[in-house]
Amino acid sequence: MTDQSRIRNFSIIAHIDHGKSTLADRLLERTGAITEREMREQMLDTMDLERERGITIKAQTVRLKYKADDGQEYVLNLIDTPGHVDFSYEVRRSLAACEGALLLVDAAQGVQAQTLANSYLAIEAGLEIVPALNKIDLPAADPERAAAEIVGVLGGDPADVSRISAKTGAGVEELFEQIVDKVPPPGGDPNAPLRALVFDSYYDAYRGVVCYVRVVDGELRDGDLIRFMATREEHPASEVGVLTPRSVEVAKLGPGEVGYLITGVKEIDQIKVGDTVTTAAGGASEALMGYEEPKPMVFSGLFPTDGDDFERLREALEKLRLNDASLVYEPETSKALGFGFRAGFLGLLHMEIIRERLEREYDLDLVATAPSVAYQLVRTDGSESTIRSPQDLPDPSEIQSISEPYVRAMIITPSEYIGTIMELVTNRRGEVGNMHYLTPDRVELTYHLPLAEVVFDFFDNLKSRTRGYASLDYETDGYRESDLVKVDILLNGMPVDAFSAIVHRSASQEYGRTMVERLRKLIPRQMFDVPIQAAVGSRIISRETVKAKRKDVIAKCYGGDVSRKRKLLEKQKEGKRRMKMVGSVEVPQEAFVAALQVDD
Amino acid sequence: MAILPPAHPDTAELAAGWRSAYVHIPFCARVCPYCDFAVVGGADDRMGEYIDALLAEIAMEPAWHPLDAVFVGGGTPSRIPLEHMARIVDALAGHFGLADDAEVTLEANPEDWTEQHSDGLASLGFTRVSFGVQSFDPVVLASLGRLHSPQQAAEALGVAVSSRFGSVSVDLIYGHPDETDDSWLETLDATVAFGPDHVSTYSLTVEPGTELWRQVRSGAPAPDSDVQADRWEQAAASLGAAGYTRYEVSNHAQVGHGCRYNLSVWGQGEYLAFGLGAHSYRDGVRSRRVRRLDTYIERVRSGIGPIQSSDVIGGWDAELERLMLGLRRSAGVRGGEGGTALLDSADGVRLIDAGVLEVEGDRLVAAKPLLTDEIIRAVLDLEEPAG
Ligand SMILES: Nc1nc2c(ncn2[C@@H]2O[C@H](COP(=O)(O)OP(=O)(O)O)[C@@H](O)[C@H]2O)c(=O)[nH]1
Ligand SMILES: C[S@@+](CC[C@H](N)C(=O)[O-])C[C@H]1O[C@@H](n2cnc3c(N)ncnc32)[C@H](O)[C@@H]1O
Ligand code: SF4
Ligand SMILES: [Mg+2]
Repeated sequence: MTDQSRIRNFSIIAHIDHGKSTLADRLLERTGAITEREMREQMLDTMDLERERGITIKAQTVRLKYKADDGQEYVLNLIDTPGHVDFSYEVRRSLAACEGALLLVDAAQGVQAQTLANSYLAIEAGLEIVPALNKIDLPAADPERAAAEIVGVLGGDPADVSRISAKTGAGVEELFEQIVDKVPPPGGDPNAPLRALVFDSYYDAYRGVVCYVRVVDGELRDGDLIRFMATREEHPASEVGVLTPRSVEVAKLGPGEVGYLITGVKEIDQIKVGDTVTTAAGGASEALMGYEEPKPMVFSGLFPTDGDDFERLREALEKLRLNDASLVYEPETSKALGFGFRAGFLGLLHMEIIRERLEREYDLDLVATAPSVAYQLVRTDGSESTIRSPQDLPDPSEIQSISEPYVRAMIITPSEYIGTIMELVTNRRGEVGNMHYLTPDRVELTYHLPLAEVVFDFFDNLKSRTRGYASLDYETDGYRESDLVKVDILLNGMPVDAFSAIVHRSASQEYGRTMVERLRKLIPRQMFDVPIQAAVGSRIISRETVKAKRKDVIAKCYGGDVSRKRKLLEKQKEGKRRMKMVGSVEVPQEAFVAALQVDD
Repeated sequence: MAILPPAHPDTAELAAGWRSAYVHIPFCARVCPYCDFAVVGGADDRMGEYIDALLAEIAMEPAWHPLDAVFVGGGTPSRIPLEHMARIVDALAGHFGLADDAEVTLEANPEDWTEQHSDGLASLGFTRVSFGVQSFDPVVLASLGRLHSPQQAAEALGVAVSSRFGSVSVDLIYGHPDETDDSWLETLDATVAFGPDHVSTYSLTVEPGTELWRQVRSGAPAPDSDVQADRWEQAAASLGAAGYTRYEVSNHAQVGHGCRYNLSVWGQGEYLAFGLGAHSYRDGVRSRRVRRLDTYIERVRSGIGPIQSSDVIGGWDAELERLMLGLRRSAGVRGGEGGTALLDSADGVRLIDAGVLEVEGDRLVAAKPLLTDEIIRAVLDLEEPAG
């Protein structure tokens, strides 16, 4: 066990791409946690997808031995946090296991929305924040301005903000010293009953569920019978250890220490991240913090392009879920798309990542329906329910009210773009909140917006309107009643469930028109005219027609090429096989994908 | 042979029993930009060699029935000197025999046609000549890369009509982007004015690998299929008014002048084939000959024979092909087993519902001929009924 006064538990928090992973790599190198040979860039981002997208999805943690200038050896527990708003729940957990946070800001970009969102979470968690400006090696770096912005958020003196380059290593040594100096050592009573926070978990095919824990009081000992306080499950601690980043078994973990716990539990959802671990005998009476289930915010139907792949999709989802308790799904049947699943995600990025992993790691071809949020419905008979799919919305006559989730969105932008952002937000039914100048030319805007509006290409729009300069973060902000309607899309008079959407009445016309126009371009001409209509209830709000094709015949078929013509027709026939029949209309698979594409 | 309206069901079914032969002449003055037939441009010096090989191939073919129809196509058969043509006709007549009323067709390009040549071919026994006129609009002819003028086409037709051919036919191509509604109408009117017995109207097709295809791929306008549908309707109207019957998707004839060779192919009759790239269908086997001139000559000389590959067309496969070919005819095709399967299938129901396919007594007919391939694809998808 380590002397508590020599422990420093901290996270690095940063806007995406501000250099968190790179700095973590420097720290790993400096502390000799991994040899040069093992070093590959961004050691902590393990999943291929993370490395490719340069983002951290699943938090990692590592224990480092650091010899400080004072000649003492310290244990630094670096607890990585996911960098994206979709995973803010996980960020909170990770921060709860720390006493300090290293706030990293790109000196060229300055404070961004996730810088702020993460800073607020760290302040909320009562952490000591150590600010640093990264990438000072860049010619475009403007440390003075960025430091002023940081001070605008956190207070303090710009001179106290470290200036480093995680890439060249400049200033990094001094920054590590600051961590040791400024981040307080963990408190906690070694003699009190055990209380350890489960701040993350993952599934290992050989060892079952591995929990990452931070001991607050008492000792977590190998072999002890332990209890998870929220679930009341009891299991023996079959292995306790630390991550260096390789797993190293230890006999026990004391107050302030961070490590892992294995109990032989095989199912990820049997262990709740956020739960408190105590001993079964003489355990603590009060848990550390309540846990919330991570709530899925965005829902989408996932259907295999090839109906025969349904079972493979089920297996793939099961496997992904082993490592991601926030992924939820249930079977769904669509008239147009067949058998699939309705899946819930923490946000859009989460949705995209899951989809990509399903397609890439499990080699599935998927059609995903338009993302939807969860609505709260009150029927005329007073009963309440949650609607996660447009198909579940009853007839308007049965609806008393519908409420939709709202978010508080934080946008940081150069002040010249305020006008265009206002316009965007107003178009998206947003309400103006605060405006806070970080510096004379950079401003933090706060808005209240329906989540559904943010979920649909809001970010892309924001980026294009501000030439990429604005950043966005958001958090949930309750439900509000709205005038929402379901828009159905009919092909040749048949509603196509996959294209239905719940939208605000004011946007129904636009949604209907866009879908109808897109489909007109995507649906090939058939043997007869195909009307494409958008309808709210029985009212048609938009209509286009795919005119019947007029000519589909080979001009010339003579003795010399019966075989060739036949082959040609057979090839065309193969193309037809990849069509879905919607009533009597043949719809190419690609049309579903393309029509449901969020960005045009 | 009975003089029947070409679109008459009896004509169609009778054709299944005809035996024909196709002879391919690959030589052309130069290759037209849209053409993907087995052709060679500017290689007339190889004619002698080629015809030797052709005769050798004919001699290798096991004896058969006397032929009801012979089609000498190309390429440009009208470029072959009369004495060579005589050898070909003699070889066929000698080896297989010709039926008394056999149809013997020659494909011709207008610019080659002289009175002497015309009379000579007629005395060799050719009963039918088919001219590649394509258009009477000089703009369209130029765009198609043709070497002849409307004037030359007119003269050739005049000469042929006054020779002793039983049938004169004209090939037209419609739907080139440079063609207008008016120009097509004028071409049809001019054609009708010359009074050929038979007119084939083909929509310009961009065949992969051709010069036209390369041009379209690099941005040149492609033929518009809706415009082509309009032109097809115009052809049916103009020719119909002049007494022609459309008896196949692209073919129109006066009574008694349906092309027997083609009717036999669409009726699933058997045919021999000789020459570069030619396909034969004999004893239920369809065989394809090599498409390269040198390879063809070499393989015939060496005795290996020019066949590159063969397919056995039997059982259910043959039944589907019977429908595939027969549905192109205006007379349609006897339903039979395949027809029953089609009408029982989901596709069949859709085709009937859409008015594309019709049942007339025991026959299936493409009621919208321009959508025939919709039906054929459904046919090719049919599973053989169990039992
Ligand atoms: N020039 C320069 N580039 C850096 C520095 N630190 C990180 N980067 C680059 O910035 C990009 C984002 O860094 P990364 O560590 O993945 O950011 P994260 O998203 O916060 O983890 C990568 O291309 C890094 O190589 C730095 O100090 N200077
Ligand atoms: C094999 S060609 C030979 C006839 C002769 N050499 C000629 O060109 O006049 C027979 C007919 O096929 C038609 N044809 C050839 N290529 C075509 C294409 N790409 N699209 C439409 N018709 C075509 C032309 O009408 C042509 O007359
Ligand atoms: S269209 Fe006729 S002339 Fe032109 S290349 Fe083809 S066969 Fe020869
Ligand atoms: Mg990273």
